[in-house]
Amino acid sequence: MRYVYLVAAFLVVLTVSLLGFRGEQFTSAPMDVFPEWAFPGMKYQPKFRPQSSSTFFADGRADRPLPANVVPASLPLRADDAMYRGKDTAGAFVTTFPAGIIIDAKLMARGQERYLIYCAPCHGSLGDGNGVVKKYGVAATSYHDDRLRQMADGQIFDTITNGSPSKLMLSYADKLEPEDRWAVVAYVRALQRSRQGTAADVTDTAVRQSLGIR
Amino acid sequence: MSKLFPKSSNRLPLQIIIFLMVFGGVATAGVTYYMTPKYTRVGYAPVQPVPFSHALHAGQLGLDCRFCHSNVEKSGHSNVPSSQTCMNCHNQVKKDSALLAPVRASAETGEAVPWVWIHATPDHVFFNHAAHVNRGVSCVECHGKINEMDVVAHAKPLSMGFCLECHRNPETRVREKGDIFNLDSQTIAEKSGVEAGLKFISDWKIKPPESCSGCHR
Repeated sequence: MRYVYLVAAFLVVLTVSLLGFRGEQFTSAPMDVFPEWAFPGMKYQPKFRPQSSSTFFADGRADRPLPANVVPASLPLRADDAMYRGKDTAGAFVTTFPAGIIIDAKLMARGQERYLIYCAPCHGSLGDGNGVVKKYGVAATSYHDDRLRQMADGQIFDTITNGSPSKLMLSYADKLEPEDRWAVVAYVRALQRSRQGTAADVTDTAVRQSLGIR
Repeated sequence: MSKLFPKSSNRLPLQIIIFLMVFGGVATAGVTYYMTPKYTRVGYAPVQPVPFSHALHAGQLGLDCRFCHSNVEKSGHSNVPSSQTCMNCHNQVKKDSALLAPVRASAETGEAVPWVWIHATPDHVFFNHAAHVNRGVSCVECHGKINEMDVVAHAKPLSMGFCLECHRNPETRVREKGDIFNLDSQTIAEKSGVEAGLKFISDWKIKPPESCSGCHR
């Protein structure tokens, strides 16, 4: 009987030495405890999940890119040039916000949030081009020079949509919906405004006195 | 006639039963320990085609999770970023690095970078990222401190028990809106007590499903 216990103890030691303990890092594919061939079920279903692979298509991906010149039926037709391209009917960049965009505190808050996620790493949270990646060699423009101050709203929108002409900045159209791009444009305008304030902008008398403005 | 069995064999049936009980107990313990995601999945850190460090990008540089995983608030699926996302910076930073060659090739040809999927759920599990991050559940609850990982490893078991633990006690896990993507933040319960957590889930009408069809369809 002793031998049976010894064999059992040996099996335990063997298992632990082969399988190790919980929480250890490993690089091989995880063990499938209930493999599909032994326990056919629902774990692997004949369907494609987002960003998964497929052997049917030559490029191996299940997500299909849009063919050229096709408008997805799931999206509204983006016919409004001012709203979706930042251009007027003559093809020039619009200098005002499109009619569908209402500039209020909500839009500015949204613009600030999106700006800090997508723009601030390069352009800096103040818009001065001093983002965190500057020291690694990314050359981002400051919003506080005349070229960008004079830039039409539509052109800023276009830069977000299609990237800069130099292609140092790439398109952010996949990350920012058109409405969000306009919110970011509004926030960029606010950042620019923040450095162009004059004493005349302070209207509150008490604040004027506390700042020593006559 | 000599005895066929010695006297000691009278104890044998009892000894066999005791052994089977001990062996059964050990085997049960082994199955419990090894055959759950706590063992099979936690610690899974596959070698990726590009040695991307979340500790550098999300931790040190402080890039928001959404800079790359940009659909997480809008979609059930939190996307692996397009290679163009990498090129936003890496068209200027380390643009000749051999380690980034797969990304550059992908950006040029449109072929996908063969990233290895780590946090995979079975096909019968429907997990919606947007539903969670828009309702107070931070990335860190399921993915762990990604911002401290040089190589991403599966940190939590993501088993059904793991899901249900939170679905049954959401007040202990929810965070304020501004803390969702800050992996070093504290939950509302940690900040100001479970009462505040209960108020949050009542105000936000958070009712995590515990029925089968909530997650299995």
